[in-house]
Amino acid sequence: METTKKSEKELLLEFEEKINGEQKIEPLDWMPEEYRQHLIRQISQHAHSEVIGMQPEGNWITRAPSLKSKKVLLAKIQDEGGHGLYLYSAAETLGVTRDQFIQWLHEGKSKYASVFNYAALTWADMGAIGWLVDGAAITNQVSLQRTSYGPYSRAMVRICKEESFHQRQGYKIMQNMMEGTKDQQEMAQDALNRWWWPALMMFGPHDGDSPRTNLAMKWKIKRETNDQLREKFINKTIPQAELIGLKVPDSNLELLTDGTYKHSDINWDEFWQVVNGNGPCNQQRLAHHIKVHNDGAWVRESAMLTSLIEE
Amino acid sequence: MSTTDTQGELWEVFIQSKAGQPFKHAGAIHAYDREMAIENARDTYTRRGEGTGLWVVKSKHIVSVQPNEEGYFFDPANDKVYRHPTFYDMPEGVKNM
Ligand SMILES: [Fe+2]
Ligand SMILES: [Fe+2]
Repeated sequence: METTKKSEKELLLEFEEKINGEQKIEPLDWMPEEYRQHLIRQISQHAHSEVIGMQPEGNWITRAPSLKSKKVLLAKIQDEGGHGLYLYSAAETLGVTRDQFIQWLHEGKSKYASVFNYAALTWADMGAIGWLVDGAAITNQVSLQRTSYGPYSRAMVRICKEESFHQRQGYKIMQNMMEGTKDQQEMAQDALNRWWWPALMMFGPHDGDSPRTNLAMKWKIKRETNDQLREKFINKTIPQAELIGLKVPDSNLELLTDGTYKHSDINWDEFWQVVNGNGPCNQQRLAHHIKVHNDGAWVRESAMLTSLIEE
Repeated sequence: MSTTDTQGELWEVFIQSKAGQPFKHAGAIHAYDREMAIENARDTYTRRGEGTGLWVVKSKHIVSVQPNEEGYFFDPANDKVYRHPTFYDMPEGVKNM
């Protein structure tokens, strides 16, 4: 077999030609080390978010107000576990084991979406999370279906098919409460007040403060910037709130003639506080993940032994 | 901190959406044995009736063409245009062919 060795420069050129031609990059293809590292960071963070995100909602399974709402919530949370698994397997194609990803999470080297460090205090929060948090996630994930890395893109297509149920079930909870008693209406409004800003923070820092955005856009890992996605979400969500009689907690909202909204800026101090580990539930979320992982160690170990016997 | 990987082996999952359709790659899962592999594949990839058929195979057993070899690997097909129907000039007036 004779293969002519290509120089790094030629390989990079071929890689960028593929990207510019909207071709997907597959696991065995040559890719620049920075591209690989960016993907490892982004996809594993995404996977961790799906899994840690099961905690605030899991908190309400035993307290759901009816059997129907309990079944819906269970199905929704099970989907999130599945999303985590799709994403871990996409991330593993980059040459890192799942054990390693989990270890990085436990060591704090790998992050997850900060929004899950807020507590889910009432049943209305199940509505607000589905509608706003999943809504923001969908906005991001629809865009990521066109990401340049094949396995990530395919995982996103699968996830997006499942997400619209998540958002609808959340919005439906809010709608039901807004058609209920005064107490229920207040509870729904209170949930919106607490989740609106954390949902907007999910899109990350302003483009100017997001140092890796340029490369991610150039290599089409991301297809739209943080600010572009955030504006999209704001513009479609405000009318949804108004339709059921909820008020978005921003005194500077103004509908512009082009159908978009002028709005206040995020409290970036709070944003960085939570990112850096000082949100309301950071320690609790991670401690819980570590505990459950360690509690299950004996199951994995004995399953390993059984599989050796089968071989 | 444990350094041994206890997550089980990696398996690739293929789904047949309907009888008669080809099996298509869906993703991967971890499992310790065949039974767990097929059940994990079901729970992970077919929660909404995505398929009627399911295959799992250990990832390490899949043989694939290396991307940098694909040029010459597929070469033999490049000079055999006579495998395509358009290679053959047909006389005018021939029907049903
Ligand atoms: Fe999800
Ligand atoms: Fe979701």
